[in-house]
Amino acid sequence: MLTNHKYIAFETILIKEIRRFTRIWLQTLVPPAITIGLYFLIFGNLIGSRIGQMGGFDYMDFIVPGLIMMAVIQNAYANVSSSFFSNKFQRCIEEILVSPVPNYIILLGFVAGGMARGVAVGLIVTAMSFFFTSLHIEHVFLTLLVVLLTSMVFSLAGFINALYANTFDDISIIPTFVLTPLIYLGGVFYSIELLPSFGQWISALNPVLYMVNTFRYGILGTSDVNIVVALLMLGVFSAGLFGVALYLLRKGTGLRQ
Amino acid sequence: MQTISPKNAISIRGLTKTYANGFQALKGIDLDVKENDFFALLGPNGAGKSTIIGIISTLVRASSGAIQVFGQDVATHVYETKLSLGIVPQEINFSQFEKVGDIVITQAGYYGLRGELAKQRAEKYLRKLDLWEKRDNRSRMLSGGMKRRLMIARALVHEPKLLILDEPTAGVDIELRRSMWEFLQELNRNGTTIILTTHYLEEAESLCRNIAIINQGQIVENTSMRKLLDKLARQTLVFDTCDELATAPTFEDADIQCNMIDSHSFEISLSTSRDINGIYAALSEQGILIRGMRNKTNRLEELFLSSLKN
Repeated sequence: MLTNHKYIAFETILIKEIRRFTRIWLQTLVPPAITIGLYFLIFGNLIGSRIGQMGGFDYMDFIVPGLIMMAVIQNAYANVSSSFFSNKFQRCIEEILVSPVPNYIILLGFVAGGMARGVAVGLIVTAMSFFFTSLHIEHVFLTLLVVLLTSMVFSLAGFINALYANTFDDISIIPTFVLTPLIYLGGVFYSIELLPSFGQWISALNPVLYMVNTFRYGILGTSDVNIVVALLMLGVFSAGLFGVALYLLRKGTGLRQ
Repeated sequence: MQTISPKNAISIRGLTKTYANGFQALKGIDLDVKENDFFALLGPNGAGKSTIIGIISTLVRASSGAIQVFGQDVATHVYETKLSLGIVPQEINFSQFEKVGDIVITQAGYYGLRGELAKQRAEKYLRKLDLWEKRDNRSRMLSGGMKRRLMIARALVHEPKLLILDEPTAGVDIELRRSMWEFLQELNRNGTTIILTTHYLEEAESLCRNIAIINQGQIVENTSMRKLLDKLARQTLVFDTCDELATAPTFEDADIQCNMIDSHSFEISLSTSRDINGIYAALSEQGILIRGMRNKTNRLEELFLSSLKN
């Protein structure tokens, strides 16, 4: 396929994905805004004022980066897993599979769609946070890089989930039983310094901790983890999951008989 | 291995498929479809028709064998062969939430077409298939026949040289079916090779020049429609008369058997090899005026059933 044609195919998938999540904005953009808004209000504003400081910052300021990252992770994952599985379920994925679009363009298109929703929700949540606190971003480039890499990692994970999924239950099991605990225990609401040493050691195995803390470092300039290690980890996860997803696509897992 | 003619739109050699559950859907298929042909692939449910189409379109992986599309192997020349192919599947497989126009334009994008060109192509085929007025409707709002036509428009947006339709007129009313036939015939006249699977044998007889019958994963008949129909030994013709008849007409020739159906119609059974001019002459001599005549049975249906039995 010509390079120009590949780009058009990628753009087509991306536009279709953006059109999908903006068409159903009441299901995709509003709920995370309401949920995270409630977190801001209850944990940040009401309870946070009694907690005082966390990691050297007001509790509200401390949890804002974590909550933004939580919204990005959940929505990037949910967009790709639900959209790709829905395409499988309705069999409209066959539209792409019978066309000359290469596997890596299919993967990039859906992942870019997931990243677009992750970033869109992240921006909405960031805008909402201005009602509760004034954010000053310490490292703009790092902040953007972490958001993009994190949304890519979870879009890829959502894609793999959708490839294996046979029912709608299969795309809700991982978010409920794996993703949510990882996020809540990933330093969104607390600094791991509060944990005993064993708890800190266990937390260090949680990849979300690195993403949340690197993002927090980008905004506040403070982190519980080594930023270089975190960025390397994000790079390795991105490349590894991309490789796995591409291998499964080539193998036809969940798609070709 | 047999040589493959470059004039073939499709050449299939030794194609087998065994599904994960152990079901052997194809047991060594060899099949050629010439360029510009209008070809019928017939067979009962579960015979393997959709599996062949699935393998050609890469949705199903062959267990063994080779397929060439316009002389190029589908396994090694993925881009070129897919560009030549348009597939209209049996099941509805577009998003029920997308608009009709968006579905066709998006499909154009998968083939590297965008902007005005994609819109022009979408308009061209939506108009030809009487769907242009529905372009802003959600696809789930379309009737069954419209959904089938939408899948044809979508398959044509990149203007493939080979169009494969898997039961395109299933559940479509007679009027619409006829208009789809005319559209497909026009497409074929303009150079598109068409392969059609259908359960409407009248459809295959009306449209297709060549035919293959598949049963239990094997080709049991592969010939021209004319040669196949010539195999039929006898035919039964039904005559409607202008006036009431008290008894059945009589014929001297023992090969002609005549039976009354009711007071205004009778049927005549005779060899397919002979002409029927003599019958009209004999009826005129007996003072019987004929208002109409038709073939009692679907000829292809008889041959189809006989091929399956053999």
